[in-house]
Amino acid sequence: MSATIAAQAAYLVAALLFILALAGLSKHETARLGNAFGMLGMGVALVATVVLAVDGDVSTAGLGLMGLAMLIGALIGLQRARGVEMTGMPELIALLHSFVGLAAVLVSWNGFLEVENHPDGHEAQALDALGTLGIHHGEVFIGLFIGAVTFTGSIVAYLKLSAKISSKPLMLPGKNVLNLGSLGLFVALTAWFVITPELWLLITVTVLALALGWHLVASIGGGDMPVVVSMLNSYSGWAAAASGFLLGNDLLIITGALVGSSGAYLSYIMCKAMNRSFLSVIAGGFGIEAPAGSDVDYGEHTEITAVSVAELLGSARSVVITPGYGMAVAQAQYPVAELTSKLRAKGVDVRFGIHPVAGRLPGHMNVLLAEAKVPYDIVLEMDEINEDFAATDVVLVIGANDTVNPAGAEDPGSPLAGMPVLTVWEAGKVIVFKRSMASGYAGVQNPLFFKENTSMLFGDAKARVEDIVGAL
Amino acid sequence: MNVGVLKEARAGESRVSATPATIEQIRKLGYDVVVDPGAGVAAGFTDSAYEAAGATIGDAAAEDVVLGVNAPDPSQLDRVRPAATVIALFAPAFDPVMVEELGRRPFTALSMDAVPRISRAQSMDVLSSMANIAGYRAVIEAAHEFGRFFTGQVTAAGKVPPARVLVAGAGVAGLAAIGAAGSLGAIVRATDPRPEVADQVRSLGGEYLSIESAEVEVSKTGYAKEMGEEYKAREVELYAAQCREADIVITTALIPGRPAPTLITAEMVASMKPGSVIVDMAAANGGNVVGTVKGEKTVTANGVTIIGYTDLAGRLPAQASQLYGTNLVNLLKLMTPDKDARLVLDWEDPVQRSITVVRKGELAWPPPPVQVSAAPATTPTAAVREPAPKKPPMSARGRFGGVAVAALALFLAAGFAPAALLPHVTVFVLAIVIGYYVIGHVHHALHTPLMSVTNAISGIVVVGALLQIGHGSTAVTVLSAVAILLASINVFGGFAVTRRMLAMFNRS
Repeated sequence: MSATIAAQAAYLVAALLFILALAGLSKHETARLGNAFGMLGMGVALVATVVLAVDGDVSTAGLGLMGLAMLIGALIGLQRARGVEMTGMPELIALLHSFVGLAAVLVSWNGFLEVENHPDGHEAQALDALGTLGIHHGEVFIGLFIGAVTFTGSIVAYLKLSAKISSKPLMLPGKNVLNLGSLGLFVALTAWFVITPELWLLITVTVLALALGWHLVASIGGGDMPVVVSMLNSYSGWAAAASGFLLGNDLLIITGALVGSSGAYLSYIMCKAMNRSFLSVIAGGFGIEAPAGSDVDYGEHTEITAVSVAELLGSARSVVITPGYGMAVAQAQYPVAELTSKLRAKGVDVRFGIHPVAGRLPGHMNVLLAEAKVPYDIVLEMDEINEDFAATDVVLVIGANDTVNPAGAEDPGSPLAGMPVLTVWEAGKVIVFKRSMASGYAGVQNPLFFKENTSMLFGDAKARVEDIVGAL
Repeated sequence: MNVGVLKEARAGESRVSATPATIEQIRKLGYDVVVDPGAGVAAGFTDSAYEAAGATIGDAAAEDVVLGVNAPDPSQLDRVRPAATVIALFAPAFDPVMVEELGRRPFTALSMDAVPRISRAQSMDVLSSMANIAGYRAVIEAAHEFGRFFTGQVTAAGKVPPARVLVAGAGVAGLAAIGAAGSLGAIVRATDPRPEVADQVRSLGGEYLSIESAEVEVSKTGYAKEMGEEYKAREVELYAAQCREADIVITTALIPGRPAPTLITAEMVASMKPGSVIVDMAAANGGNVVGTVKGEKTVTANGVTIIGYTDLAGRLPAQASQLYGTNLVNLLKLMTPDKDARLVLDWEDPVQRSITVVRKGELAWPPPPVQVSAAPATTPTAAVREPAPKKPPMSARGRFGGVAVAALALFLAAGFAPAALLPHVTVFVLAIVIGYYVIGHVHHALHTPLMSVTNAISGIVVVGALLQIGHGSTAVTVLSAVAILLASINVFGGFAVTRRMLAMFNRS
């Protein structure tokens, strides 16, 4: 068994282990095992590749550099993983996407430097003999393009999520024309490069793709970030798959395809949960259209004090908490968890209802609540809890707005029309935690606040929840 | 301006129009508060408690804004200054004598029981806040007279059946009674001419008995109205049948501005079991039951107790005072928009217009009717955008055709692709399909760990860089080293953070 064949066999094993890793995430019980499978698969793949490299004609300096780079990368990665706050997960994930993108860019450049840059070299000759040199040109170009878009797109997403730049959508005139024009230009440049693989074409497309990635994400607003992050997740997969085509490596292709379809599926779920098409999210600019009939008199809202809420909760039999991104912003998940355990100790049935687009990542709320030690079996998704609201005594809406807007279900004229929402207003009493009466991300007034069974508790969510815990 | 809190003149009234808690809120609006000596004694609030809340003890009737529960008596009204405003429950709809009396006086009189039933005015709706207390108290009074358990029990000494309670009228008082009786363990049934209250009755654990009639209606004013002949016949039938079974009957039927309708006839009372209790909450307006004596408890020849107390809310004086006081505070908030201790009567505001009986000596009663929010809107307020027509789901044949076309396109694309690419494309396409099905099964709560684990495995791009490093030019080696470093961050960081997250998920 030669080293090449052994590596191929090891790659097959690794690919299957990756599939098992993703399959393990279908249940909480098997998720940890799944992660272990993933690590094992990665270990197998890395050992096989290093053996393959050593078996080849790798220089000693190269080998040393390889080990050093991996060591440094591992140390940085582990340090980031240990230090990250769960509220900071979206940023970390966006940053990690950008690394994959940049790595794919570098691999593509290397492909060019090794082959296209030496048209008389050994490898170029070998490919030419096979008649696949043109394909190689195309692969270099496509891999580079996807990687570069992923790289800058993820960097912008990271900057927006960590509030280092404004999360407002960038509104360049004719932004759709810019995006489509870049794509058209890319296709034309690809054709050109396949015919004459010139260095300047590669530089041009690198700059073009970097600019496109930047512009694409910069023109999308903060509230659409769950979709953007899923989308970039998908892109990073396609970038890896493109590198796989370039190197003729099936493990890269399989893994890239798995990650790519994963991100695409998550984007699809997010879009469905907002009742918007994927294209309209990518095109950006939600909420520009002035909502019709916005000067409707909704009546007046009623206020409530933390002490009254505590009394209400103490005498309730069932309570549902529907958190939104505002809970994470206020860092209120810890007092919320404390409130939950206090109420459960009193025999109150407390559950959580999570809207698919709550938070800045798919499943973000679940992780935040898990970190605050809320048991996962009382954290339910929208479809599981919506039927139970009618039998619920009190609903606490913490830092959520559009995801509990009755306009989504009741008002066909609203910009939110058709968006599936948590039907909290069916409960006996709804308490909305909010800083002020300002409207939510979609810029739409929320009729929930003016319903007869709704009371507003104004102020910082964390402080208010702590007040309630104190009063209980 | 000063606010005065009267000592109630009516005999037997235990409530007071302000408590120490509400006085603090009134003072936040800038007012100084003067309380009659001993005003809150019957409700359990001492003068020193009022003083501790910042009030002074003095002659309340002589202040700028005078608060009372019931209408003040003539000696108190005589002391009210001409520019003052008196706020109390004048019952102008039932008491034309009082309206006439007020019309002769120079001040402004506002009646809290005339607050219209609109959402905005809910926080000032005294009738609701008092009815809620009265409904609860009605059950307690009934339980006191009723010589048995409410809840059914099976004991060693034998089985005790649960009490059967009939509540006539599911308004605020009726619903409170249903809730209280249900909590005590009784079997509760309720009637109401408005079918839309059925869900509210059920939500409190009661059973709604509908009166089958073509006349059932949705009320425009939020209150019930008087019904026609055919309906009444069916109603009598229903009550006659229910009274034979019921242990407790609580009637709450009131029609604004009219005597209370008679629901329970003498024959029905006679058909009830000895020891049964009737609480007639409409006793003040003539009663729903034949034989009710206003303000009294009577026992019929067949041993049925009829309670006609009219002060049910006042029998929980501290709480009734607190709720009434809060209703008043909310009105003062509405009428003191600048929180500067200046009471402003806004004639354009339907709430303030509705409650005004006399404005600066001019009779303002009756007010124009207010369309209330309890009624369904008759015209849509805004032009409604047509909802986009849903695409009909594709038929099986259409779907088959679509797949067939896609398959052909894929076949042609693959067939004309360079042969060397085909094995990789095969792997790629199958991996996407596997990915789609595997990801579809991932638990929604694990989507963030899913993203971090896919982050980690997409670090597999390191394999590419590993194969490129160390041969060829220095540039390639340097770029590869950078790529290895970045991808390693992903691999190790991704798996480590996934591990950390998954360890957080715990079952209860």
